[in-house]
Amino acid sequence: MTIIQTTSSTTNKVLNYPLNTWYVAAWDHEVTRTLISRTVADKPLAIYRTEDGRPVALADACWHRLAPLSQGKVLTRDEIQCPYHGIVYNSAGRCVSMPAQETINPSATVPSYPVVERHRFLWVWLGDATLANPDTIPDMHQMDHPEWAGDGLTIPVTCNYQLVLDNLMDLTHEEFVHGSSIGQAELSESDFEVTHDDTTVTVSRWMHNIDAPPFWLKNMRDKFPDFTGKVDRWQIIHFEAPSTICIDVGVAKAGTGAPEGDRSQGVNGYVMNTITPETARSAHYFWAFMRNYRLESQLITSQLRAGVSGVFKEDEDMLLAQQTAIDANPDYEFYNLNIDAGGLWVRRLIERMLEAEGRPVSAGRAGRLSTAN
Amino acid sequence: MAATNIEVWQRATVVESVLVAANIRRIVLAPALPKRAEPGSHIDLYTTITGERQKRSYSVVDSTEDGTRVAISVLQAPLSRGGSIFMHGLQPGDTLEITQPLQNFPLRVGAPSYVLLAGGIGVTAIVNMARVLKSLGASYTLVYAARSRERMAYLPELLALHGDNLRVHIDDEGSELSVADLVAGVDPAAELYMCGPIRLMDAVRRAWRDREVNETNLRFETFGNSGWYDPEEFIVRVPRLGVETRVPAGRSMLEALEDAGVEMMFDCRKGECGLCEVKVLALEGAIDHRDVFYSERQQHAAEKICCCVSRAVTSATGLQADAARGGPAILTIGVS
Ligand code: FES
Ligand code: FES
Ligand SMILES: [Fe+2]
Repeated sequence: MTIIQTTSSTTNKVLNYPLNTWYVAAWDHEVTRTLISRTVADKPLAIYRTEDGRPVALADACWHRLAPLSQGKVLTRDEIQCPYHGIVYNSAGRCVSMPAQETINPSATVPSYPVVERHRFLWVWLGDATLANPDTIPDMHQMDHPEWAGDGLTIPVTCNYQLVLDNLMDLTHEEFVHGSSIGQAELSESDFEVTHDDTTVTVSRWMHNIDAPPFWLKNMRDKFPDFTGKVDRWQIIHFEAPSTICIDVGVAKAGTGAPEGDRSQGVNGYVMNTITPETARSAHYFWAFMRNYRLESQLITSQLRAGVSGVFKEDEDMLLAQQTAIDANPDYEFYNLNIDAGGLWVRRLIERMLEAEGRPVSAGRAGRLSTAN
Repeated sequence: MAATNIEVWQRATVVESVLVAANIRRIVLAPALPKRAEPGSHIDLYTTITGERQKRSYSVVDSTEDGTRVAISVLQAPLSRGGSIFMHGLQPGDTLEITQPLQNFPLRVGAPSYVLLAGGIGVTAIVNMARVLKSLGASYTLVYAARSRERMAYLPELLALHGDNLRVHIDDEGSELSVADLVAGVDPAAELYMCGPIRLMDAVRRAWRDREVNETNLRFETFGNSGWYDPEEFIVRVPRLGVETRVPAGRSMLEALEDAGVEMMFDCRKGECGLCEVKVLALEGAIDHRDVFYSERQQHAAEKICCCVSRAVTSATGLQADAARGGPAILTIGVS
């Protein structure tokens, strides 16, 4: 008997992840002189900063007996010490001291992965280091640009990272999942446009002359305290392969020219999302909400972070329920709707990256379950 | 961390075997389970020497992007342990058992600059590194030293690819390498990767230590198959077990002891881990330490040796004529 395997990612329920790419491993403020452990794309990492502030990501398993280095000690300069028999490594992952002998075994190294600190995140490259080009880090410049203010959090989600991407690429779910904050019927009723190139996908949707849902009414009044009336609302979803999605969102007083480019009579935010696969069935979902008005108000920053947190909790609940149902129904396939066009382009771009790496498109059914964060 | 070094044994077919220098053959293999070879990687394979399977390690000189072709190069040494004779006899179409590319000598991407040092056949471990550094646009110098031009594999290719980045030193053309000058001229932040005869590597290691630059920036791989002296036959005795056996020039002491039925502990079999350590109880002759496990002080004390690579020779000058007595060296040891 021959087994025929389909590799079409458009119906793939547990998508594999490319390795020749940058993933966010941590927020900048999480990386300190104290070691943390974080699994990215199934590789456990020990992450810390050197004495002179450089971030480092080493494999979280000692060369000797694989004890987790993240439970060890940060020493002077760029060195850390294994908690078990005291082997010391430098930031290149090279053994600099073997306490029990006078020499150092030349093979004693642990992988040290390329890291770049940018856009308030620590990005790590787990694939072929000779291809690691920092210019290919996704554009998330709003994260630390003087014209933008805001903050975010990390959600540990126990589902395949692709389900999060699907969720963000089609926002018609807002009507049903986020009915009390940002959802409204016009989302499903309005038309949208999808474009793509080799590494990006864009989905744009405009809703004209509608009532602002509660979240947006509050934002409008933060900027225009007396505001009442209708708005034009936009959602422009920018995906950058393999797993970063920045959504240009906002509302403006209806008919004041926002669709044509004059957003001065409105409020504009960017929902910054970058989703790092942890295992086949878990991900680190890093997000922030950035705004370009009332930059001085820490109150608004805190309110927005809390508000979006609440909205994303609704997504998280749905994603976990969906992953559970997927795993409970292994014989059922996904079917696609017209609204999935953006998500399907995302899948196709990721599928191409995986093919270029010669790796399977599906992470299969037997993925490891999430480890604690 | 051994993750990339779990050996996956597979069949490979010889697709090409050509002489690329005096006594050096380039052998191209087609593995059953192709895997791309990173710079610095090697394969292990089984040779058959007088009917017996023996494991050998060879650096991967180059491989295709998809790993379907992997090239190694083998020097047939007159005093070889027999493996190189077997390797040189391989014909296209022959098959042998090999591992996927294994990595003990990784090239770190991102150093400010690099020096690659190849001595003789050691060039096989360096060729791929140089190619990758070139394609990355890294700042690097490739130093290639040998006794004579006809012993230098890949010299024309390296000249064509690396141009001014390549410095060639040839003893019998009067341009021999000065290790002192080489090490003194290395940028303090540079990483030096080397592979070559143990005399060369010892000299570089000593010069590097004396210069007090970052010790871990000196990277090397040793397969434990070169020493200060040519290998000689010697006799090893283990009084506690009542064993006395000959160690032929083409065989290691560890192998000879195993042949004699002594149960030995070992791991790397190339002089790095120290697990094959035996105690020296008595010695007629001198010891040729070929390991990198002991410090110079320990090697000098000659109380213990790594029997997987180190040997006994009749005299410390390496000349049989200088031996205090006729006949082979005799080493009396204690084993664990
Ligand atoms: S496990 Fe790290 S030193 Fe032994
Ligand atoms: S077996 Fe490792 S040094 Fe001999
Ligand atoms: Fe949502």
